[in-house]
Amino acid sequence: MMEKKTPLYDAHVALHGKIVPFAGFLLPVQYPSGVIAEHMAVRTKAGLFDVSHMGEVMYEGPDALRNLNMLLSNDFTNMVDGQVRYSPMLNEQGGIVDDLIVYRHHQDKYMVVINAGNCEKDVAWMRSKLFGDVQFTDLSDSLCELALQGPNAKAILSKLVSPEQMPTKYYHFVPEADVGGIRCVLSRTGYTGEHGYELYASAEDAPRLWAMLMEAGEALELIPCGLGARDTLRLEASMPLYGHEMDDEISPLETGLSWAVKMDKPDFIGKQALAGHTPLRARVGLKVTGKGIVREHQDVYLDGVKIGQTTSGTHLPHLGGAYAMALIDSAHAEQGTTLEVDVRGRRIPVEIVALPFYKRG
Amino acid sequence: MNIPANLKYSKSHEWVEFLTDTCARVGITDFAQSQMGDIVYINLPLEGADVVCGESFTDIESVKAVSDVFSPVSGCVSNVNGALDDAPEQMNQSPYEAWICEVQGISATEELMDAAAYQAFIEEQ
Repeated sequence: MMEKKTPLYDAHVALHGKIVPFAGFLLPVQYPSGVIAEHMAVRTKAGLFDVSHMGEVMYEGPDALRNLNMLLSNDFTNMVDGQVRYSPMLNEQGGIVDDLIVYRHHQDKYMVVINAGNCEKDVAWMRSKLFGDVQFTDLSDSLCELALQGPNAKAILSKLVSPEQMPTKYYHFVPEADVGGIRCVLSRTGYTGEHGYELYASAEDAPRLWAMLMEAGEALELIPCGLGARDTLRLEASMPLYGHEMDDEISPLETGLSWAVKMDKPDFIGKQALAGHTPLRARVGLKVTGKGIVREHQDVYLDGVKIGQTTSGTHLPHLGGAYAMALIDSAHAEQGTTLEVDVRGRRIPVEIVALPFYKRG
Repeated sequence: MNIPANLKYSKSHEWVEFLTDTCARVGITDFAQSQMGDIVYINLPLEGADVVCGESFTDIESVKAVSDVFSPVSGCVSNVNGALDDAPEQMNQSPYEAWICEVQGISATEELMDAAAYQAFIEEQ
């Protein structure tokens, strides 16, 4: 399959980004400063990410809300205009098709942001579940998405956006913000565990928007960041990632997303399967206490007995150590429990610790 | 790319510095470290272990992935650079000073290149 280029491909090449194929796109895994420096920039200054590979779809019409409430496990009834809400999207068996965020423009209009790797599957699934008076549009190819993240993000963005157009609350957005002359959906969201924003604009505006943000951030030590840092940041903040902590066969109740599953809603896809279901596995955080790095898909042992598998893991730059997340037998998921992970034949000791590993102070 | 003239190089991007005819220091090249990215751990070989030409004798973990390191010589590990245990990033910062181990009793070597040949080799990559 030919990988697509995002509208910022040339900008990444000009910045000497190391380009790799990811979820059908050619994207920078890192720039010359490297994953650790990029990660630390987001924790202490600011980083700019091209996340244009993410998909966006629109639900419009009098039955838009009813569609979302049936399609998704979270409840969208009590949202206000300009609010963003996270949800898993379940299959009939209660497994996870994808996880996504919903932007409420108004009562009859919602933008939904989905994972790049699931885009085709999601769009087919969503189309097959439509009912009533609703218009569904896939906007993925016509939009770009940038993420500006880090403690300096607000000061940088304030150079380009008037104060009344800055989204002030976490998980809220301004639908038509003027960012240095470019019309954007501007939200206070992100996937790093840090203060920050995400900007959606027309794909043709992407190079200009990127250049403007980089310039505005120059004096505030903004650097471009790649997929490598995006992954270490989300892992440090212990945010689940589709294909790792979630998939078609993992229930949201197992992977710590029960807060986004509203069993008191009249109905939603997957509800029946989850009703009366006692999760046998639990997502836990592991701190590596021995020497080495634990990664995904490595077996987890308690007293020599296999009790689960890791889902993500690497060295976390800000915490300065090796950590992993794992799905293990829920009977042994208590904090402080000492376990072992098989790393290519070596058993490395780990300890169950609280999630999230990192929380912004 | 830094390629010192006094070293020999393998196609799998290790460098070899012969201390005598049968004893050498081994490490990874500047090219190798730049491909791996930020190095965070090395599973150092044990002193006394036998290493075999072309076979993995250690693995290096970067933030992104784990990479095998293949031995450019056959012999016995006589010394290990324990400093890399605490400071694996030395392999990023100064790959030709951050030797991994010394091998003695060398009985065979990979097909090794001189600096000019290695330079040409990585330009083809």
